Parts: sequence; C-alpha cells; structure tokens
Amino acid sequence: MTALAFPEDLSAHPVTGGRSSAFSLETVSMTKVFGSLVALDDVSIKVGAGEFHALLGENGAGKSTLVKCIMGFYQPTRGQLLVDNREVSINAPADAQAAGIGMVYQHFTLVPCLTAAENMVISRADAPAVINWAREKEELQAFMERMPFRVPLNTVAADLSAGEKQKLEILKQLYLNQRFLILDEPTSVLTPGEADEILGLLHDMARAGEITVLMITHKFREVNAFADRVTVLRRGKLAGSGSVKDLSTDDMSKMMIGEAQMREKASRLAKVEPKSTLEIAGLSVDDNEGMRAVETVNLKIKGGEIVGIAGVSGNGQSELVEALAGQRSLADGAVIVNGQRFEASRKDFADLKVFGLPEEPLKNAAVKRMSVSENIAFRSFDKPPMASIGWWLKPAAMRDNAVRLIEQYHVKTPSAETPIENLSGGNVQRTILARELSGDVNVLIVANPCFGLDFASVAEIRAQLIDQRNKGAAILLVSEDLDEILELSDRVAVMSGGQITYQAPIDETDRNTIGKYMAGH
Amino acid sequence: MTAEALTTILIAMLGGAIRVSTPFIFVALGETLTEKSGRINLGLEGNLVLGAMVAYAISFQTGSPWLGVLAAGFSGVFLGLMHGVICSLKKVNDIAVGIAMMSFGIGVAFFFGKPYIQPSAPRLESLPLGGWSSNTALEQALEINPLFIVGILIAFVMWWALANTRVGLVVRMTGDSEPAARAMGINPIKVRILATAAGGFLAGIGGAFLSLSYPGSWNEGLSSGQGLMAVALVIFARWNPLRCIIAALLFGAAGALGPALQSVGISQGYYFFNAAPYILTLFIMVAASGRNSARAAPGELSIAK
Repeated sequence: MTALAFPEDLSAHPVTGGRSSAFSLETVSMTKVFGSLVALDDVSIKVGAGEFHALLGENGAGKSTLVKCIMGFYQPTRGQLLVDNREVSINAPADAQAAGIGMVYQHFTLVPCLTAAENMVISRADAPAVINWAREKEELQAFMERMPFRVPLNTVAADLSAGEKQKLEILKQLYLNQRFLILDEPTSVLTPGEADEILGLLHDMARAGEITVLMITHKFREVNAFADRVTVLRRGKLAGSGSVKDLSTDDMSKMMIGEAQMREKASRLAKVEPKSTLEIAGLSVDDNEGMRAVETVNLKIKGGEIVGIAGVSGNGQSELVEALAGQRSLADGAVIVNGQRFEASRKDFADLKVFGLPEEPLKNAAVKRMSVSENIAFRSFDKPPMASIGWWLKPAAMRDNAVRLIEQYHVKTPSAETPIENLSGGNVQRTILARELSGDVNVLIVANPCFGLDFASVAEIRAQLIDQRNKGAAILLVSEDLDEILELSDRVAVMSGGQITYQAPIDETDRNTIGKYMAGH
Repeated sequence: MTAEALTTILIAMLGGAIRVSTPFIFVALGETLTEKSGRINLGLEGNLVLGAMVAYAISFQTGSPWLGVLAAGFSGVFLGLMHGVICSLKKVNDIAVGIAMMSFGIGVAFFFGKPYIQPSAPRLESLPLGGWSSNTALEQALEINPLFIVGILIAFVMWWALANTRVGLVVRMTGDSEPAARAMGINPIKVRILATAAGGFLAGIGGAFLSLSYPGSWNEGLSSGQGLMAVALVIFARWNPLRCIIAALLFGAAGALGPALQSVGISQGYYFFNAAPYILTLFIMVAASGRNSARAAPGELSIAK
C-alpha cells in the first residue's frame, strides 16, 4: 500500500459531532441483565486511541450485548462508559453518533434502492430538508478523493458487490466523522482478498492515529494478522485480554471455549467403499425474480467424497442447494443419483437415500411450531413402524423413535413434545442431523451447517459429516466459511456468478488460489 | 367506420381520460406514497367514498366546494391515521386491515350520507381550455377541472421530493429497509403512520372530485371500485408518481371507451366495453408481474417479502 494521506480537514465537512482524531474508549464493570439471563457480567475492557482491538468470543458470549450497550441500543444494568477518559452516558444510538462512535453491522444497513450518495447524505443527522445534489455530490467527490478506498457514488446500493457495500458502510462512518469504529464480523460476506484489503486499510488508518477500531470476530487469522490487542469473552464474562503478539492461537481458543469437552476430530479413511454417486448435469436454476442464478453447473461427486463449494454468498449457492433439495424448480439440466434421474419427489428421496442439511435449518428443514418428535418423523411418519397402510399414524412409535434419537444425538430439549422453535440453534441443527443421518445415507447435501453454532456443536457436526463420508456417502458441502471447506473437503469447487469456475483436489490447491476464484478472477 | 366517427371516438376518449383519470391520479399518488413507506393500504376505496360524501356535504352546507375538497382530504387523513395506527400493532396484517377500513369508510359514508342524496350542492367549476377550437366536441373534452391540474402538479412535486428532500429519502429508506432506518435512529412506525395519513388525504381529495365534478353528485353507487383499481395501477406505474399520471390516463381512456362508442351509435357490447377498465386491470396485473416490477417494489412491502 502507498503512504496514506489522511486529511486533517476531514472534520471540515458539515457534519455534527465527531472529533478530529482517534480517541480511547473504556467500559467499567459493564453488566446487562435480561430477566433471569445475565448476558454481560461485569465486563471491563479498555481500547486505547489508535488501537486495532479484536473482540473474540463464541455465539452468545456477550460480544453483541457489549457493543449494543456501547452504542446505546441497550441500557446497561450497571457500569460506565468512558470516552477519552471522561464518563459519558449514551442513551440512544444518536448519542453514540454524537460522541463519534460509529458501528458497521454484520448485515448491511444500506438502503438497497438508494444510491451510494443518497445513502451517505441521509445518514447524516443534519441532512438538509431540501438536498442540493450538485453541491452534495461535489463535496462527496472531494471526500472520496481523500479516502484510501472509494465506491461509485451514483450506483444503487443493491447493485454494489458485497465488498463495495462493506467499503461504503465504512466510508459512511468516516463521512460522519466517527473516529471510533465498531465492526461486527465485517468480513463474513467478503472474499479473503477483499477482507485483507479492507482490514489492512483500517489497520493503517489506526496506525496513523486517525481512527480506533473495535472488531468483533471469530476468525483467529484476522486477529493475528491485523489486531494489536484482543479481548476474549466467554458466557458473558471477561475471559482474558492481552497483546496479540503475546498470545498464541491456542491461548485465545482456550479462553474462548474454556474447559468444554471437544469431540475428537474424526479421521478421514483413505479407502472407502463407495455407495452411490451424485451427478449434477447442466443444471440451471432461476432466482425469485426470474433471473438466472445458477448457470449450467456440471459436477460429479463419488461415493466417499466430500466436494466443498466455496464462494461469496449470493453467487447462486442457495439456489443450487434449494434446487437439489426440491425447494426450487430446475430451469434446465438434471440431477442424477447412481445413474437414475432424481426428481426430488418423496419417493426419490426415500429410494435413492438422498438427505440434506440446508442452511438456517429452523426455516428450511423444520416446522417451527411442531414438536421435536414430529419434526424428527418427517422422513418416516408414513412408513412402518410409524404408520400402518401408509396413513394410519402411530404417535407412540414416533415418540419412542424421537426419544431414542434425542438421546443418541445429545439434543438438549425439555421433552420430545417441545415445539422445535424453543430449542437453541445448535440443538435445532442436532435434531435435523438426527433425522437426516440416522438411517442409511447415500447422498448428502449440506449448506452452511455450522453457521452461528458454538465450538462444541461445530466439532460434533463436522465429525458426523466425515463419518458419513467414511461410510461411503457422496457429500456436497456448500459453505461460506472457507476454513470449513478446507477442513472437510476432498475436492474443492468455487462458485462465482452462478457458475463453477474452479475445481481441484484439496491437496493441489490453497487458500489464495481459491480466494482469487471467489473474487471472480 | 368513417374517419369522422373515429375522430369523435378519439375526442370522446380524450375527454373521458381527462375526466375519469382525476380520482385515479389522486388515489394512485396516495397509494404510491403509502407503499413507498413500506405499507399497503387497500382501504383507499373507503377514503374515496367517504371523501366524496364529506366533500358534497360540506359544499352543500357552506356553499364552498373548495372547503368541501379540503374537508374530504381530512376525512382521508382520519381513515389513513386509523389504518396506520392499527397496522402498527404487533402481528397485524396491513392487507386485512385495509379491507376492513374499506368497508368501514364506505359504511360511514353511507350512514352519514343519506340526507345528502337529494339536495344539490355547489360544484367545482371546470376551466374552459378548449375555447380556441371550433370543434364543439373537442371544446367540451378540454373543459378541465382544476383538480386534474392540481393532481398532475402533486405528482411532479412528489417525484421531485422523493429524490431531493430529506423527507423523501426517509420515506424511501423506511419502505426499502426497516433495519437501515432503525440503525439511523428513524422510527419506521411513525414514518409509516404519517405516510398512510398523507396518502389518505390525497385519496380523500380524489373522492371530492367524484361528487363535486364528475359524475358530480353524491349517491351510493358513485364509485365503481376506482380506489381498488388504483392499487393495481401503482404496481403498473412501478411506484413512480409520474408514471401514475400516464397509468391513470390510460385507465380513464379505457373507462371512456363504452360511452364513446355509444356516442357514435355503436351500442352493441356496451356493457362489455364498460368493463374495459376492469379487463385492463387484469391484463396489467399479469403483464406487470415480470422482473422489472419485482425489483422496483419497496423491499418492506408485505407482498414483496
């Protein structure tokens, strides 16, 4: 990167609040109680001016609660916030903005139908009642010139790429003169290249004393590469903090998960007896708006093989998985299992032994208000022993089966009769695993199986997938988490713009090559 | 058919388009504003009928038709606020509330409107803009009601304001992404209630046109579903105020087809041609269900989700 020319006159543009350089922030004994749940317990962290600080923790560790208390979305039950060593009270997001604290959310808060320029101007607290676009555009242009990265001003946000959107979110905060940036998992939608570029630029800006960064993440790689200091939360409590160069990845992960028992990594058998093949032949699929989302995809997966499809979300992966799961009709092409055409009918699923773990299982693979027992029976309720003559159902048999699987798959539920929506994410995923994997599996279609789950559940689920592979199933794994793909796959394919643009056996490729294809090069 | 007859039909359709389109323009603009904020108000038919009744009654009582127009607008604000507030309660569906509000508005109008069916109220005078023409039919067609011009002006103002004012951007933001609006400290519920009330105001004025200009009296069969058709028209216009004018003129012209044919002696299929606007509605709904329309729809609309 070239030397960074950050403007001294950034504060000169007409924005209320904000400061002219980086400042420090400190929470003192921050505590937040929701009813009987202590989401945040006496957490004190200190982020120095110009520091790139990482906030690590599992889902539910209290990271979001902490930053929401800082941002004024929540009122802490106890505790103080110090900005620049002075106590401030922040009662609403507007107060945080006035204090110079800006947040970039995990999900974009851009308005899709507005242009980049409109998105930036309307985010100002003092946006004029009548907007003089000629003048605003000129000022925005001048602002962009001074920034290390830029986005096209007149493009509608919906048409920007994920990387450009993320840049625009950050630019928006800088335009608002927010010198303390909180980033909530900012790289989850970016290619590795884009992520490194953006974090690198922010790191340089922090180094130059222009901004202070607090980044929520669970990726150790990013912490090691970009952060100066790290704070780790576990179950709402401070688990540790320190300088990144003094801590190993192992230290950090111990702080994150504590003494939790991990299932051993399942070993990959070298020789597997294949049961079945999955062949995707010239498959094309349209999205909800009738645009082509998947374009003539050809892919062959042998039994005993996991093929991982990497890609930035929104490149046709969801449509591909929905088409394979029978949730979306095929525009062209065919799916062939073991030489037979697979039509995604109930009969085909049963005969060819095709199973699936779709993303967001509560939405895509479960009926929220039905019980755990009923949800487990979806594949088998109309077959003996749970039914006679195809339609006379036996709830007792269903319940017995459910109780057995709940035990076997360690699903934590008050009872088999509990509606599945009352379970935690990890337990919903285990319930679906129990339903899909307890029988004989020939083909398995998996999408983002570990998204948002804690470490123990992730290890459990990944072990189950390797287990099925070792038993000879053909497994298609679609994941936005490149580390997951690299850990589980025998072969990697990259999906970009609805097409498979790259394929290679796992030992003949690496993160950089895959990242390049993910970015569409 | 002779060339003369064709001219007559075209002039009659032009006149019809201008006359009949006015309530369409107002209701469609009101619905556009409401939908831009992320809510659907299917109850504008109720606003239209109540507006017609109130305008007629006030014009009759005070002798001032313009006061009637204003009162009709405020009756629309009343219904719009009701819709907006009810829809802001948790787990309330705006479509169901809209249908209920439609019945409510019509019911209130019929209840209070009984005494005004007979008397004759002062009407809005049209502007004779066709004086230059020697063709009497054209002269008649160009007798334009001031509300038509007001409607077109409002459309231009709304189109400009949605792109160039803070209020316009806030409405579009709320309609397209509620999380984004919340993240900027905007209260989407408040924006939607206000947008529904303002939309109701416009629809009420559309009703005033019905009773004070064309057809020009108050009775219970006054509206023939213009308020409902205007909702389809908004989709056709892709939520663009300027396209609303074009769409409204098209619907107006279709509505004038039956009477125009009758005026040159073609009375066969009179009822069929009178149904033209409804048939057009059906075709437009099918034609508009394509890709572009789905992209133009505000993201927060319950039908777009």
